[in-house]
Amino acid sequence: MMKEDVISENISLQVKLAKMYVVGLKAGYGKEMILKGIDLAIRDKSITAVMGPSGCGKTTLLRCLNRLHELSSNAFVSGKVLLDGVDIYSKQVDPVSVRRKVGMVFQKPNPFPTMSIFENTVAGLRLTGIKDKEKLNAAAERSLRLAFLWDEVKDRLDRPATSLSGGQQQRLCIARALAIEPEVILMDEPCSALDPVATAKIEEAMFALKKQYTIVLVTHNSQQAARVSDYTAFLYMGELIEYGQTKQIFENPSNELTERYVTGKFG
Amino acid sequence: MQEYTFGKITSRSRILKNRIMNILITLSALLALTPLILIIADAVIQGLPALSLSFLFSTPVPVGYQGGGIAPMIQGSAIMVAIASLISIPIGVAAGIFFSEWPESRISALSSFSNDVLAEFPTMVIGIFAYATVVLATGTFSALAGGIALGIIMIPVVARTAEESMKAVPNSVKEASLALGIPRWKTVIYVVMSTAKGGLVTGIILSIARAAGETAPLILTAGFSNSFVSNLLNPAGSIPYLIYYYGISPYSSWHAIAWAAALILIAIMLSLSLAVRLFAKVRTGLEVA
Repeated sequence: MMKEDVISENISLQVKLAKMYVVGLKAGYGKEMILKGIDLAIRDKSITAVMGPSGCGKTTLLRCLNRLHELSSNAFVSGKVLLDGVDIYSKQVDPVSVRRKVGMVFQKPNPFPTMSIFENTVAGLRLTGIKDKEKLNAAAERSLRLAFLWDEVKDRLDRPATSLSGGQQQRLCIARALAIEPEVILMDEPCSALDPVATAKIEEAMFALKKQYTIVLVTHNSQQAARVSDYTAFLYMGELIEYGQTKQIFENPSNELTERYVTGKFG
Repeated sequence: MQEYTFGKITSRSRILKNRIMNILITLSALLALTPLILIIADAVIQGLPALSLSFLFSTPVPVGYQGGGIAPMIQGSAIMVAIASLISIPIGVAAGIFFSEWPESRISALSSFSNDVLAEFPTMVIGIFAYATVVLATGTFSALAGGIALGIIMIPVVARTAEESMKAVPNSVKEASLALGIPRWKTVIYVVMSTAKGGLVTGIILSIARAAGETAPLILTAGFSNSFVSNLLNPAGSIPYLIYYYGISPYSSWHAIAWAAALILIAIMLSLSLAVRLFAKVRTGLEVA
């Protein structure tokens, strides 16, 4: 399709700075179209929040960025997603290699239930062939520190992951995603199952992480988007309504829908 | 005005109905347990006198002699169940993986259906099949033929329980693995199977218990022998066949041996199901989340 090859105007200025670049992305299940053509540039080493009411397609958008969406039955995707200029949906690209560059943290903490804290952290490395004990130890400590979990678990790394609290489990999942040294981290409402204290810890970790990583954060909580993100995209009914610097979106939205959403009038 | 206080009136009749239902349910539960209790009690009463340590470790003696045991049959049953496990566990687990993790494949759906059919097959028919293939080809009843027949009986049980236990692994755990860039086949083996291992072991133990108690297919495949198995291509005795063979004999001393053997078989079954129970408990203790 011609349109997909054309860079849409409103974001063309940001292309040069973009780590990921979504062009004319359409996706859904069976006959149901969930994303109706999204164009979005995601900046390097910053936090981009994707917010919108339930069912607007924000999770689907996120799952298209690491090619997880296509694994669901009846799922379809069209359009392009460029990562450092390479279309991750092109035929030469192996989805497994995409997922090693684009990590993900899910809505509910999902540690591997039969593995210990240490085994969970290094699962991504171990299961892709890294056996060197010292390398694994170093990677575990590094990523647990990055996820602000090291001090809490360093003395019980061989305990089962399920012995941790919900908030700790979620930070373990962040560490697990970090251990494979991805470039982009997708976070799908990572705090929706957590209490405010655990949420604050995760947000603290996100701030630290954006120095090294590009983070895409899906949230239905507009206050969280305002608190942590640099850029905010507002999705509604499968379309990108507005996208810009978080400050501008919250203080001076150009679209009425965005204004009503950020002021809590619907959503 | 009395009509309007219906709450009190119905509550009395409701308590009564509730009591009657409780009694009925308890009675039917007891009724369902009765055969089990009667069988076990019968086996204990009739079998215990003949049971001794030497009964487990010695070979049978001719009619009219005192003592003797069923050691060759215990060995025969163990060998045939071992052959059956070697055949059925790899095939069954592999089939279970296929049914649960590749449900979109047509071959998977078709073989899943045939697996159900196989599970419902009369075991005698499986015995006839093993007779027609293995026994006729080798020209003899044998432990090998018996093991193969039992293996075919075990496959659908192992496959179904393996499938169920892997389907019970939450999708979120599989996605976590895939999102780490772990290929699908490694996800299945190292993440899904390791999460489901409790269920896998449970299914394997249950299928072993099932095979250990089968009699009909062994009549046509393993035959019977009073001595130890030294060659897999020789006929082999087994505990269930001994119970059948001795039980219908005219000798009362053999009847006593059959009862004692039945007691041993029941004890094996009970300890296997007990092992499953204990295993399941340990497993669920780990699966918080």
